[in-house]
Amino acid sequence: MRTPSAINLSAEDLLALYRRMLLIRRIEERLGEDFKRGDLPGPVHLYIGEEAVATGVCAHLTDADWIASTHRGHGHFLAKGGDPRLLVAEVYGRAGGVCRGMGGSMHVADFSKGILGANGIVGGGIALAVGAALAAQLDRKGAVSVAFFGDGAANQGVLMEALNVSALWKLPLVLVCENNGFSEFSPTATVTVGAIADRAKPFGVPSAAVDGNDVIAVWQAADAAVRRARAGEGPTLIECRTYRLRGHVESEASFLAGSYRNDEEVAAWAKRDPIARLAGYLDEHGLAPASAREAIEAEIAAAVADAVAFATESPYPPADQARQFMFA
Amino acid sequence: MARRRMIQAINEALAEEMARDPRVILFGEDVEISIMGDTRGLHATFGPDRVRNTPICETVMTGMAVGAAAAGYRPICHMMYGNFLYTGMDAIANQAAKLRYMTGGQIKLPLVYMGVFGAGRSSAAQHSDAMHPVFMNLGGIKVVLPASPADAKGLLKSAIRDDNPVIFLQAAGRGGEAGEVPEEEYTIPLGVAEVKRPGRDVTLVAIGAMVRPALRAAEALAGEGVAVEVIDPRTLMPLDAETIVASVRRTGRLVVVDEARDTCSAASHIVAVATEGAWGALKAAPRRVTVPDVAIPYSPPLEKALLPDPERIAAAVRATLER
Ligand SMILES: Cc1ncc(C[n+]2csc(CCOP(=O)(O)OP(=O)(O)O)c2C)c(N)n1
Ligand SMILES: [Mg+2]
Repeated sequence: MRTPSAINLSAEDLLALYRRMLLIRRIEERLGEDFKRGDLPGPVHLYIGEEAVATGVCAHLTDADWIASTHRGHGHFLAKGGDPRLLVAEVYGRAGGVCRGMGGSMHVADFSKGILGANGIVGGGIALAVGAALAAQLDRKGAVSVAFFGDGAANQGVLMEALNVSALWKLPLVLVCENNGFSEFSPTATVTVGAIADRAKPFGVPSAAVDGNDVIAVWQAADAAVRRARAGEGPTLIECRTYRLRGHVESEASFLAGSYRNDEEVAAWAKRDPIARLAGYLDEHGLAPASAREAIEAEIAAAVADAVAFATESPYPPADQARQFMFA
Repeated sequence: MARRRMIQAINEALAEEMARDPRVILFGEDVEISIMGDTRGLHATFGPDRVRNTPICETVMTGMAVGAAAAGYRPICHMMYGNFLYTGMDAIANQAAKLRYMTGGQIKLPLVYMGVFGAGRSSAAQHSDAMHPVFMNLGGIKVVLPASPADAKGLLKSAIRDDNPVIFLQAAGRGGEAGEVPEEEYTIPLGVAEVKRPGRDVTLVAIGAMVRPALRAAEALAGEGVAVEVIDPRTLMPLDAETIVASVRRTGRLVVVDEARDTCSAASHIVAVATEGAWGALKAAPRRVTVPDVAIPYSPPLEKALLPDPERIAAAVRATLER
């Protein structure tokens, strides 16, 4: 199963996944530093440690497919082809941001790339993805719609409604639950009963629980789900078990009185870092020389610098822009 | 002109707009058989892709409308009773009303949430709210309340063609009311009030189902020598403040009739806007005729006691003339 010949991914494909995960990681590390320095206007929820999920899923999608994302949405935005310059400028609150500074971190969207947007409402993206899946079904062009949501969001009633209606109508929908072990500061087990993947069962919706830190496993599960959706066979639920290596929100140390997890747990998950794991796999099977990864690292460092420079040079929006965009 | 009931006029608007634009789709609970009669026949004419019964799932339905609109369709999401808008409120308030704004104007969201509202049929508290003020305050949603079959048809056609989220509320129990409807194609622009009856003494603004009792009151007052100008805003968000303020500047007196509960009713807002805009011309304190801050009761005499009627409206008008 896990040999290069058994998986349907070339060395080139794997390097593309590596590149995408690394881009997310390095952009977010930079945003984390910016936050610490006090340079960001608002809160950021970083995706560090979870990059394999967005990357493995979005590798199957084109601009014609839709995704709905979460408050932890930078990774989905970049994995779906969002422009890092426009992302960073948006998080900086600048006129050059993808939403012209109107939305910030929790609302990055690019409809031209099928990105319906990050979402400040936990579970809020699920219904939007169902609607886009309905549109895709009516269009009959084989497009699919993916809803990313957290384990915390899985406890919102809208998930049941979405499972029911999408199974009933055989909508081209993929529900991707990112189970990162926490709903804010509550460990999942303290607020969630049973396995989230099992929530698809009573609806007859196929589901899988996969190692969300293994981009190949995510890619394979998403491959099956996206094919099924494109073929008109209806929705699939994929639960990706992962872990957020950073805080729930970068500001949390400033307002939390105690800690909600121990350092050993974080360290154990850091050992399962999805990017290092893919690097290890490439090495183990001799799929890419170390120089290839070094070149990617340099390429991404340049992309991050470019995005930050673009964002920094972009002005703040004019004050009267606050009154625009409410109505078309 | 043709004689049409309110429900027929709405049905015609839906059918005409669906025929005109293949991207208009309609979904909701029991829209295929049609409980209110407003969607009757549409499933047969336009087929199961474009007219679909949904499960009972207001949370996902209201959000689906947003997603489908973002993805290029013009959905009409039928909510049956307006009170069920509350059940689907998250997507209305947090997604539909804000998605275009939050994303810097990247998209248009052409969608309509429709349903019936208001009291008068012993439907009791959970099926009788006049909830338009809630939606007026969201900002990104247009709010339309027609008072006649002709207005209902023309306004709904505009709502469907509008590139923004619109809440279209038809007064429950008034679906059978008949009126003259133009036979030729027409639309009525959103955001434009109509002077239903001109008059020089008092401006009487009436909303939705309150237009009819307001006109009756005006008729009765005419017999007393008082010329009442009745204005129907038709669209509450955006509000045609200009027409109302201009009228109040002429008459110097204002009464607003609204079926909503008193606190933060549309009447409250209209009185505030008119007072600011016509302060110098005011000859008496503006008055509101609304429903007290209670839920709607079941028993007919109780329900009737709460709702504005021609007598209460006329009394409020007379009160503005006392000095
Ligand atoms: C409707 C709603 N309720 C509560 C919140 C506050 N909140 C923000 S993130 C979060 C936890 C979400 O957990 P999960 O879905 O697992 O996503 P994660 O943060 O772990 O990625 C909460 C409760 C919110 N934004 N929206
Ligand atoms: Mg979580």
